[in-house]
Amino acid sequence: MNSIRPRSLLLFLLLGLSPLVRAELTIEITKGEGNAVPIAVVPFGWEGTGAVPYDVSSVVASDLGRTGRFKPVPERDMLQKPTSPAEINFQNWRMIDTEVIVIGQVRQQPGGKNLIEFRVFDVFRGEQLLGYQVTSDTAGMRRAAHRISDLIFEKLTGIRGVASTQIVYVAVFGDRLKPTYKLIVADADGENARVLLESRQPIMSPAWSPDGRKLAYVSFENGQSQVFVQELRTGARRRVSARMGVNSAPVWSPDGQKLALTLSKGDGNLDIYVLELNSQVLTRLTNWSSIETEPSWSADGKSLYFTSDRSGGPQIYRIANTGGSPVRVTFEGNYNARPRVSPDGSKIAVVHNDRGNYRIAIVDVGRSYTQVITEGSQDESPAFAPNGEMLIYASTMGGRGVLSTVSADGRFEQRLATAEGEIREPAWGPFAND
Amino acid sequence: MNGFKLLLIAMLFVVAGCASKKGTTTGDGADGMGAGGDGTSSYGTSLDGDGSASALNDPQKAALMNDNVIYFAYDSAEIDGPSLEIIKRHGSYLASNPNARVRLEGHTDERGSREYNIGLGERRAVSVQSVLMVQGAMADQLVVVSFGEERPAVLGSDESAYSQNRRVEIVYDN
Repeated sequence: MNSIRPRSLLLFLLLGLSPLVRAELTIEITKGEGNAVPIAVVPFGWEGTGAVPYDVSSVVASDLGRTGRFKPVPERDMLQKPTSPAEINFQNWRMIDTEVIVIGQVRQQPGGKNLIEFRVFDVFRGEQLLGYQVTSDTAGMRRAAHRISDLIFEKLTGIRGVASTQIVYVAVFGDRLKPTYKLIVADADGENARVLLESRQPIMSPAWSPDGRKLAYVSFENGQSQVFVQELRTGARRRVSARMGVNSAPVWSPDGQKLALTLSKGDGNLDIYVLELNSQVLTRLTNWSSIETEPSWSADGKSLYFTSDRSGGPQIYRIANTGGSPVRVTFEGNYNARPRVSPDGSKIAVVHNDRGNYRIAIVDVGRSYTQVITEGSQDESPAFAPNGEMLIYASTMGGRGVLSTVSADGRFEQRLATAEGEIREPAWGPFAND
Repeated sequence: MNGFKLLLIAMLFVVAGCASKKGTTTGDGADGMGAGGDGTSSYGTSLDGDGSASALNDPQKAALMNDNVIYFAYDSAEIDGPSLEIIKRHGSYLASNPNARVRLEGHTDERGSREYNIGLGERRAVSVQSVLMVQGAMADQLVVVSFGEERPAVLGSDESAYSQNRRVEIVYDN
């Protein structure tokens, strides 16, 4: 499995030892970025007994390709495959317009560890930009490769990489009218997928805690929508809201202490509340007769954006975290819903009705400027990567739910699909803290 | 950029330190997931109302159970004339059978955002609920559940499918 290498910009990443055989995600770049920087990640050398334990360099090349800012040079185009600085012939790389070259070696250490050494060079200047050694046991090699990708990405762009982050999504398998729902957490490249929850009743709206250790989500397992919080590492789960009627749309406050959520309290009218998780104290934020739902905290936690149809159709509003008078934020188009705030707080991603098609749009909060960044007909559930560079969202392909990622400017897009079933409602986890 | 350099230096150690830990973390994650999966596989309680046993002895209820779906226009919770008549019959039955219980399951078509659709489904179910109560049904006979777009009646992405999915189902408990 590990020997599969990208042959071109079309990448197929297959899951290795995942328990989720049918949930294998394939990633395909569907819209390229013309300005991507050609980068050569030369296959790393191996000093040790037996076969190389993990193909670190191809994971790094894939990771960098998936950022949209780099275009990995195919191995077949490489005129040489140096593994040490002295072997590099920069002229060879200039001839094929490579701008950056990454070389490395994996050395077996006593005790089953491997030392991964890598160096990054600017081809035109012939200068080393970065050089590190990383030690990893065999099981940690893939994660180490993602770390290396993030180090390289950050050195070259000044932006923190997201190769080491995780995503969560809802997968639906089986009879489409009576399916099985699975809540799945996977690495950002779709690998290492594991099932957190499986149910014959709908699972909705997974949301990451800011520390990445917990998820809040909606489950209908008890016959109505209820909100649960589950720890990723232990699987331990707690029901945090089971009030009469709708309990839905949970999102964590930036400090991780509170959930904003939507309740109907049995009166049929959805409003936004804030639930303090430790004390269970519930504060009502909105009190209108229209639908108020889909809260999303501002980056500083002082206000929340949400969807309301008080003006007739759904539009985005902002309200202080203490309540009070909301301010309308979106004015373009007759349908703007499901806001998610960018990490820097300057933009919100929304589901926007674009001449009959539901698409993802970015709204510049300061200027109320709306830019549609996707081209589907039923795109929904946008979520920003923690560095704000990309978004992941749900779309359809041939009537089936798939996930896509798109750069925040809409220029680079790739699709994540399963062979069977549907996947939807993605949420991008925070930066890894460890 | 100093902070950046510090981070890189820190990463050198952190990556080395945690890479080995990662291997076990993955294992833990898999175990945790197993526990989560096991713990919840039994939650799959069937929501399908099955009143057939009692309906066999109650022709009126059996007839109502065959005429229990109210349809709606796009983004609307308004009840049209024919639907009103259907709901009224259910309301009269509930008023004269105080032990009868129904679940009002609100649904939408697949378009638009999922959580907003939960709101629309709730609004539709509540508008059916209010007609039932005008007919004399009591609040404790009625439970409202919105599934939004999560439980379509038919598959498809055309108006025919959409119009069959925008609905409230009046589901009798035993």
